[in-house]
Amino acid sequence: MSAKRVIILLLLLILVCAGLYYFLKGHRKPGSENIEASVNNGKKVYTQVCLACHMADGGGVPHMNQPLSNTSYVLGDKATLVKIVLNGFNEDVQINGKTYSNNMTPHADLSDQQIADVLTYVRKSFGNKASAVTASEVKKVRMISPIKN
Amino acid sequence: MKKLFTLVLPIAALTGFFLFNAFKKPIDNFVDTANAGLTLPAGFNAAEIADNLGDARHLVVTPQNDIYVHLAGTRNGKGIVVLHESGNKATEKTAFADYGGTGIYIKNGYLYASSNTDVFRYKLNARYEVINPAHPERIITGLVAKRMHQPKAICLDNNGNIYVNIGAYSNICSDYDKDKKGCPVLNDAAGIWEFKANRPNQKQNDGVRYATGLRNVVGMAWNQQDNQLFVMQHGRDALHDLYPNLYTVHQSAELPAECMFALKKGSNAGWPYVYYDWMQHKNMLGPEYGGDGKKGADPKYLEPVAAYPGHYAPDGLLFYTGNQFPAKYKNGAFIAFHGSWNRAPEPQAGYCVVFQPFKNGRPSGKWEVFADGFAGTSEQKASGRAVHRPCGLAQGPDGSLYVSDDNHGTIYKITYKK
Repeated sequence: MSAKRVIILLLLLILVCAGLYYFLKGHRKPGSENIEASVNNGKKVYTQVCLACHMADGGGVPHMNQPLSNTSYVLGDKATLVKIVLNGFNEDVQINGKTYSNNMTPHADLSDQQIADVLTYVRKSFGNKASAVTASEVKKVRMISPIKN
Repeated sequence: MKKLFTLVLPIAALTGFFLFNAFKKPIDNFVDTANAGLTLPAGFNAAEIADNLGDARHLVVTPQNDIYVHLAGTRNGKGIVVLHESGNKATEKTAFADYGGTGIYIKNGYLYASSNTDVFRYKLNARYEVINPAHPERIITGLVAKRMHQPKAICLDNNGNIYVNIGAYSNICSDYDKDKKGCPVLNDAAGIWEFKANRPNQKQNDGVRYATGLRNVVGMAWNQQDNQLFVMQHGRDALHDLYPNLYTVHQSAELPAECMFALKKGSNAGWPYVYYDWMQHKNMLGPEYGGDGKKGADPKYLEPVAAYPGHYAPDGLLFYTGNQFPAKYKNGAFIAFHGSWNRAPEPQAGYCVVFQPFKNGRPSGKWEVFADGFAGTSEQKASGRAVHRPCGLAQGPDGSLYVSDDNHGTIYKITYKK
């Protein structure tokens, strides 16, 4: 192979890589801007309300506060997750073989949109890749599940 | 071919440069491996004598250099691991007990150990070995354990009594005392209960509520100098989160103090009505009960004998009675601080062993950090993702100090050489 050919091949490779990069970066699903805004707003709610116990990295505290990364509670049924935010949580829970003992206080004072945002943020952060939660989904759960005091 | 070389060489050089810089660790992340990664006062050395034991909570060392370590959970179904240490290396002899827990204590020929609900004791032979590990005597049973603060720290006096912490199953009682008529959690928890050390199957009601108003105690020790029980309280959480108008984020990180109390029968340390402010040096009325960060507490509540920064989480307390360390350490207190989680957004802190000088059975002079560096890098410490977290303390027959870590299951031995 001559040196010229190698240079041409290298240039081609760079072009293809650059093209692929801009294609992927520019390619967005419809509605993805709403989700991005929801994640951004959710991060603000998380920082104010959740971070003190669940920590900045969502890893929780061993034996005390539940982690939020890759657990069935976070990735599973959205209605169950919304109920935890609305009603709090005070049951013994085993996550990956470990128990967590601290109670979570109810956060029914948050708006439907705030709860949707923070859950969307949590379901798309800390290594999680789950679908977004919408304000209408939160509203539905709030209407059918009585708030425990 | 030469052209190809002149083209490839600069690319390779650049790639190498970037890779090298990407993997180069900042100088800040440098961890000293001498002294097992710990920093200590001059003349002291630390060795890691065991690792990966599981969540190693409290521990005791026998005159024969056997070490009983109580695990929070069980490992291979066993909650107490027995090590033998010689030449700064501990080897596992055996393991027993089908329950996890925190408390472990040796007194008058018996090993005492607690689960979250019960206290057991095992008869020891002349070499301090458990004679019948499968059949302990159940001394206390059915203690209150409602998830939060359920580990039972234990301590014995010289008159045949055992003291057991029964932690509050609530941060600040707000779920149980909505009308502020008096916190019902105090009836069956949030205090130290006294039982007979030799009577089988005592229920919680058979014991005496020795001291109350203590949110949660993990580190406790009997002071032989003035024959008194000393405890370390874990202070409340979330002053700012619950009362953003009264407390700044910074105040909430530093307050309330983690307190050392010298208890007498009937002492009331004031939880949930009271907390201690180590910056104002006074007992404060809690915001749930009308406090505003300025109002002092009713003087009827016990004041701490020493106070430490908020959320450091004192899990181990030991009065040093050995002769190996310099004279200033004799009869002073070592405190193992497990480290915080409730100081965010400020950096987490603690994760150290502190020395509190004592004189005539009372704290005298400022506390100092004795052993530090358990957490790892400054990033690991600030984020709360500490590698090691100090929990239990024990004194060896030659006066060495042992520290357990319940995150990585490491046991450290700290010695002094002139």
